[in-house]
Amino acid sequence: MIGRVLGHKTFQPTIVAGLMVFALFAMPSIFDATWIFNFTQMAIYSMVAASVGMLYGRVGLVSLGQVAPYGIGAWVTIRLAFATDIPYPLLLIIGGGVAAVIGVLIGLPALRVSGLYLALVTLLLAVGVEVILFRLKFANGGPGFNGLALTMSDRAPVPRPTFAEGDVAFFRFVVIVAFIIFMLAVAFLATKPGRAWASVRQSEPSALASGISITRYKLLAFGLAAFMAGVAGGLFGAHVQWSIGVDQFNRQAALFLIAVVLMGGIHSLWGALLAAFFAKILLDFLTQNVIGHQFWNDFALTIFGIGLMINLIQTTKAMEKKGLLE
Amino acid sequence: MIEITDLSVQFGGVRSLDEVTLTFPDGNCGLIGPNGAGKTTLFNVLSGFVTPVTGRVVIDDVDLLDMADYRRARWGVRRTFQTVQTIESLTVYENVRTVHEHAAEGSRSERQDAVDDVLAFVGLSDVRDSVVRALSQRDRRFIEVARAIVGAPRVVLLDEPAAGLPEEETDHLAQIIRSVPERTGATVILVDHDMSLVQACCDWTAVLDFGRLVAAGPTAEVLHDERVLAAYVGEEGA
Ligand SMILES: Nc1ncnc2c1ncn2[C@@H]1O[C@H](COP(=O)(O)OP(=O)(O)OP(=O)(O)O)[C@@H](O)[C@H]1O
Ligand SMILES: [Mg+2]
Repeated sequence: MIGRVLGHKTFQPTIVAGLMVFALFAMPSIFDATWIFNFTQMAIYSMVAASVGMLYGRVGLVSLGQVAPYGIGAWVTIRLAFATDIPYPLLLIIGGGVAAVIGVLIGLPALRVSGLYLALVTLLLAVGVEVILFRLKFANGGPGFNGLALTMSDRAPVPRPTFAEGDVAFFRFVVIVAFIIFMLAVAFLATKPGRAWASVRQSEPSALASGISITRYKLLAFGLAAFMAGVAGGLFGAHVQWSIGVDQFNRQAALFLIAVVLMGGIHSLWGALLAAFFAKILLDFLTQNVIGHQFWNDFALTIFGIGLMINLIQTTKAMEKKGLLE
Repeated sequence: MIEITDLSVQFGGVRSLDEVTLTFPDGNCGLIGPNGAGKTTLFNVLSGFVTPVTGRVVIDDVDLLDMADYRRARWGVRRTFQTVQTIESLTVYENVRTVHEHAAEGSRSERQDAVDDVLAFVGLSDVRDSVVRALSQRDRRFIEVARAIVGAPRVVLLDEPAAGLPEEETDHLAQIIRSVPERTGATVILVDHDMSLVQACCDWTAVLDFGRLVAAGPTAEVLHDERVLAAYVGEEGA
């Protein structure tokens, strides 16, 4: 199993090892606190991007709803972090698990529709979750089920794991979790589920004729993707600590997410890193140093409009090559 | 043996199969007919992609139409497609392996052996680890056949497996098809427009035209049947 995972096409052990060493040991001394904060954000976002890219690139499911499990993972983890003494790594798994269950539910309509309709349905579900999160609000250290403190002075930062309270330690923790999540994805992609997904993506009739239960494997994909995003959500809360608003998980965030994922590329997990780099490092750098915050929205929209155009052109070319377009 | 009784399929105004009753005997069977005769539609009924308006299909005393589509492959109904449907992003080995792990029993090493065995049988051992995307259309045809016969199929449906193959490759394919029943115990139904391939592979043949059964019986007799010749006149005369 490990051997097969390590030998898989999308996994280059030396590059990954080099990258890990660089992230864990070199980056904290190269970059200042602000950049480490941004890179932490990038590592978290890369897991969400990977979940979207995996669904689209490997299973052929266009989901605009992956911000929903991201937000749910964040909500569950934050709430439990304030309310219980459950160790943080376990909290992440619980947050991911709850998100996975919701992800499978979101996946149910995907069994009936595909393509554009699936995109719309998943976007609507994401909006539904946004509304619920808006009502519930994110816990901020107060009492009760919601954990909401009414006065500012009662608010507390989302607790971080005791072994990773500082920003650098937390960065390292996030990088390691991201690594595990990526390896989890590779482990699925390199084995029976990955082959079944490739088959479903290529041709559903052919998959059926091979004995593949399309229902089961699509739901598995939604479940796994939601787990990945849910764990990322759990990290997100402890990353920002104070400023957790529903705007991180709303419909704009959903569209932004799919746009950067398409820009990064969906056929390899490296694309997810690239997408997260665009979204959390490059854009941030540009808004701070080149264009200024007041133009951020227009600028982001323009960039991603261009990104989508490039993607469309590439897809068309690839389809022509395959003879899919006359 | 595949017993088909009173099978009708309707697409809007088109009756693609019209009260077809026929029994395919064990071994290699041909299924021929002009374009649009309903051959692929019959395969699609057997695969569960198309629900007939009436009729029954019984194989080994099991009523096939009651079975969920994705269970049929595991039970033993396997097929190729008229336009190849190989998994482009996977290797040849993975393509066949994918079918085996969903449609056949076996431990990990048994699966590997079964897949390698079938690749050797169809002559694809050399490209075992090549990604299909990089291979020729010819290779894809053989991969599809390998996918359809790996494991222990009861029924192998081949939908124009020789389309686009050069002549010497067709001979190779004929050899493979001929030995499938003996190798796997499956009943083979071969659809092809190449009569010499059907003649070379099948002792028994059924003919469809406009969704109706025109003739069925020993291949040599059927191919000389007047009604069959008449059904083909439109095509041959063109
Ligand atoms: N999904 C479908 N929807 C509508 N009509 C269909 C469908 N599938 C088949 N038909 C029609 O049913 C008839 C039989 O088609 P079928 O594909 O079974 O023919 P065939 O014998 O396989 O022909 P060919 O030799 O060209 O492959 C045709 O008139 C076809 O247009
Ligand atoms: Mg046909």
